[in-house]
Amino acid sequence: MITLDFVYVLAGLTFALFAVLGLADRSNPKRLGNGLFWGLLALSMLGGDYLGDFGNGLLVLALVAIAGTGQIGRAPGGEVAAEVQAERATKYGNFLLLVALIIPAVALIGTFLFKEVAGLADPKQATLISLALGVLIALAVGMVRLKPPPLLPLQQGRRLLDSVGWAAILPQMLASLGAVFALAGVGDVVGGLIGTAIPQGSLFGAVLAFGLGMALFTMVMGNAFAAFPVMLAAVGMPLLIKQYGGDPAVVAAIGMLAGFCGTLMTPMAANFNLVPAALLELKNPYGVIKAQIGTAVPLLAVNILFIWLFAF
Amino acid sequence: MLVLIGIIIIIAGFLLRFNPLLVIMASALATGLAAGLDLTAIVAAFGKAFNDTRYVSIIWIVLPVIGLLEAYGLQQHARTVIGRMKGATLGRLLTSYLLLRQGMAAVGLTSVAGHAQTVRPLVAPMAEAAAEAANPGLSDDQREEVKAHAAATDNIGLFFGEDIFLAIGSILLMKGVLEGYGYQIEPLHFSLWAIPTAIAAFLIHGFRLRRLDRRMAAKTEAGA
Repeated sequence: MITLDFVYVLAGLTFALFAVLGLADRSNPKRLGNGLFWGLLALSMLGGDYLGDFGNGLLVLALVAIAGTGQIGRAPGGEVAAEVQAERATKYGNFLLLVALIIPAVALIGTFLFKEVAGLADPKQATLISLALGVLIALAVGMVRLKPPPLLPLQQGRRLLDSVGWAAILPQMLASLGAVFALAGVGDVVGGLIGTAIPQGSLFGAVLAFGLGMALFTMVMGNAFAAFPVMLAAVGMPLLIKQYGGDPAVVAAIGMLAGFCGTLMTPMAANFNLVPAALLELKNPYGVIKAQIGTAVPLLAVNILFIWLFAF
Repeated sequence: MLVLIGIIIIIAGFLLRFNPLLVIMASALATGLAAGLDLTAIVAAFGKAFNDTRYVSIIWIVLPVIGLLEAYGLQQHARTVIGRMKGATLGRLLTSYLLLRQGMAAVGLTSVAGHAQTVRPLVAPMAEAAAEAANPGLSDDQREEVKAHAAATDNIGLFFGEDIFLAIGSILLMKGVLEGYGYQIEPLHFSLWAIPTAIAAFLIHGFRLRRLDRRMAAKTEAGA
């Protein structure tokens, strides 16, 4: 039976190959840092369960030290020339879209299949396992038809990952920070503060506090990922799910989207809001945020209404 | 109350533009110390959480496939597909892009389009051209507004499409956090509950794009 461990091994091997190729890239002055960073991430994927909690903590400290002191970076160039890409695009056109669609298609089919047919794969992790299988199938189909140099997918994948850089582990880091916040009782304190603002016994008041809290806390943190565990611990879990019996899938899914409305309104989400303003050479660095507020505010109201309507 | 120091560190750290990974680590250490934990316990707690949430980062295994397809012109082809939708007004153009972006994000194709890949080289110039066709005397401020809306439309399409995809980071995070409370929920449930908001986002932003279109047209008549 295929389990999540298979996916971790696949991810570990991918990161390990990225690390080796990164180390070998003499055009990159930061190749040592890159090799170490992705190598440590490979170690985490492959052997995280054997390192112990403190060992994993040291691994994270090393990742932070490497990235925090500016030791990782991407080498200039490496992309296929635009003219070559354009020429190939006219030749392969829709085949490329088709291969790109294999991954989500296999993820979707596998999710259903692995639940219906017992014993093939861990049904609890059906989607992630199917996603990994989709990647392998798409890669195989693409390699057979396009016949690229064997290392091309890994080299191009590494180039893409290097341009994402340390931000690649930002979501995982924020999820871990959420766990430390939970341990320290931050959610209880924030929840206590918000709790004093919620009228007692008012279901709509609790929903309103949850939705607004998600948006505001996301604006502060710049990322709904960080706000979610805190607001769930503070209001979502104790009040909406436990006390009022709300559907946890609805509370979580739409609560997260209420947070996304906050992302549209904060300079903290620099890659979405400030980078494009610079890229488009706008005079006002907050021009994109200004354009988004008119959609974000009514959509936040709709999300709060949706939680109230659908979760109870 | 003291444990809220972590939140203050996050805000200050981001405002002062320190590396976010350093800021997160500092916030975790300060929060743990404020809660009376010792240093090794904090490092261990963070390490355990990092190991338990590894699935959040496995999404990067798709990069070799994306890299391969892009080397063979996937982005160019996607641009051709978008380019076929010209002859539209500013409002229709951006609304079509919104729909396309939401649709692609919903099947997990989040990085086929984006600010660098499609907005700057394609959507913003096309939007500007469409606005100019309706109003030849487009002012600099109007030009800015049109370009800002091109970027805004990309973000809104991405944010309110991606959560329909089963294996996006935020869904995996929700699954992980709820599992910690003893709720086993399949990613598909979160995906389905992202659909009503996706429709609402399309309607609200589409309505605003229509008004943007009209505002530009109205100014044409006033200026003429």
